[in-house]
Amino acid sequence: MSSEVISSKARSRWGEFFVESGIRILGFSTIGFVLLIFFFLLREGIPAFTKVPLGNLFGTRWYPTFDLYGTLPLLLGSIVVTITAIAIALPLGVATAVYVREIAPSWAREILKPMIEVLAGIPSVVLGFFGMTIIAPLIRQGFGPPTGLTAFTGALILAYMALPTIISVAEDALDAVPTSYRNASLAMGATHWQTIWRVVVPAASSGILTAVMLGMGRAIGETMLVMMVTGNAARMPLGLDALFMPVRTMTATIAAEMGEVASGSTHYHVLFAIGIILFLLTFILNLAAAQAMFRKRRQGGLR
Amino acid sequence: MLRRPKPSTRVWLAVAGLMVASVLVVGCSARPAQARAGGSSANNATVQRTIENKGSDTLVNLALAWAEAYVLVKPEVRISVTGGGTGTGIAAMLNGTVDIANASREIKPEEMKAAKEKGMTPQQFVVAGDAIAIIVHPDNPVQQLTLQQLSDIYTGKIKNWQEIGGENRPIVLLSRESNSGTYVYFLENVVRLGKKSDLLFSPDTLLMPSSEGISAEVRQNPNAIGYDGLGYVTPDLKMIAVAKDDKAPHVLPSKEAVTDGSYPIARALYMVTPDAPSDEVKAYLDWVRAEGQMMVAQLGFVPLQDR
Repeated sequence: MSSEVISSKARSRWGEFFVESGIRILGFSTIGFVLLIFFFLLREGIPAFTKVPLGNLFGTRWYPTFDLYGTLPLLLGSIVVTITAIAIALPLGVATAVYVREIAPSWAREILKPMIEVLAGIPSVVLGFFGMTIIAPLIRQGFGPPTGLTAFTGALILAYMALPTIISVAEDALDAVPTSYRNASLAMGATHWQTIWRVVVPAASSGILTAVMLGMGRAIGETMLVMMVTGNAARMPLGLDALFMPVRTMTATIAAEMGEVASGSTHYHVLFAIGIILFLLTFILNLAAAQAMFRKRRQGGLR
Repeated sequence: MLRRPKPSTRVWLAVAGLMVASVLVVGCSARPAQARAGGSSANNATVQRTIENKGSDTLVNLALAWAEAYVLVKPEVRISVTGGGTGTGIAAMLNGTVDIANASREIKPEEMKAAKEKGMTPQQFVVAGDAIAIIVHPDNPVQQLTLQQLSDIYTGKIKNWQEIGGENRPIVLLSRESNSGTYVYFLENVVRLGKKSDLLFSPDTLLMPSSEGISAEVRQNPNAIGYDGLGYVTPDLKMIAVAKDDKAPHVLPSKEAVTDGSYPIARALYMVTPDAPSDEVKAYLDWVRAEGQMMVAQLGFVPLQDR
């Protein structure tokens, strides 16, 4: 009988070993895939820097069919759209997270949380079509730009897309603030609002920063939606009215032109070079988010 | 990755692992099934042959209509049609993945060169004619333009509808993406007026990913001007009459105007094969250029015998 117990124990230990190592391989393979993708990007993108003079590559005119590969309007286009999107999504997202975590009664929280998850599930092409046919005309009539397909339209819908990410990560951050902080603040005579604004939100600030970085990563990489609503004109988004003029982003450019290029041509390599720039941007954003969290943790703060 | 690891993370990893595993299993079990299907059809007298057909978005509806009709003529030949743009189709042909590329322009010298390097000698067949219509919002009072005016509009020299007899409104320029044959044709024959020059579309031009994108924006924006194949113009869009120069009459695009040569923005549509076509492909192209022409006019294009 005792031998039976041992063998069943041994079996479960073996089973555990296989499952664990299987999971470990899967986990590490993610890193492997990222590295492979990065090497592929480098291999296909580096020739662009030798084939095209840097003055042309970072020029202001993007006419790839005529050997003008100025990526500056595309880079600025992506940045304008992303920053505007975050500027819209951050206050909304944090306010929603604060409401859901700190203020809402539990029944409201039960309804709101799944609804927010559903928001994340709407395909971006659907949002893009909605933006193209409904939001764009409203923007044109409401704000008066020549066309409704503008950077702002794109940013507005992107903000909507980044919201679920920001809300759920920010809510997690608020959740991690110990109840003792809240109790201490209330005991000092602070009101509910003062507790939220002066104690809970600052204590969760690094988590909120992470939420913003992740939201930005989501926004800068979005393609289909941006291609459908921003008009894709490769103009330099300079000046105050740039927000209400069309822009062309890096992602939309790759998506619209990759199908056309003969593999191995200069245009093909330049598109991969844009891919490298995008990859580096999102990498830096993620790194900054991780760094913010790490620093806070070392200072003995929360998350 | 950046979030605090939760107990549920492991569960999710396990689920992900299961999903990968199931995909692998499905992938393995699907292959023998395919092989079986291939084996059984080889026993039948009717051997299936598939012609891959890809390219111009202008031509895609017509190519689909032909492919559907051709099934009735030769049931043993299957034709699969996809769009994506002329450049996409020709690139696919050069990569050897399609038998026929649909093109709304002639094959470019550099594409010809790339083909020669791969040992191909592409052949082009004219399959239909097409007019490119200039479209504006129905409320736009502008009725007619010359090619010179269109060129000035699209290079950004004329910025307001007032300058060409319209209301005081800014002009919003709409174009197809640069992988479209229509884009290249329009640039060479309208923006550059068919001459050698380095004029380009204004950087303010909105590049729309599809014909529908252009129609949707023109339909709702009275500032917009766009261009599209005649077959794609719906009754709720307004077409502009175009004149070759100051002396020529302004003509609205139509099948007749293309046939008698009075409408200046008209072109041929092509099907391109990587080499001299195989028997099946040749038979299909012959059919397209003869019986197939009957359906061309219904879809808003111009049949060959009329040209």
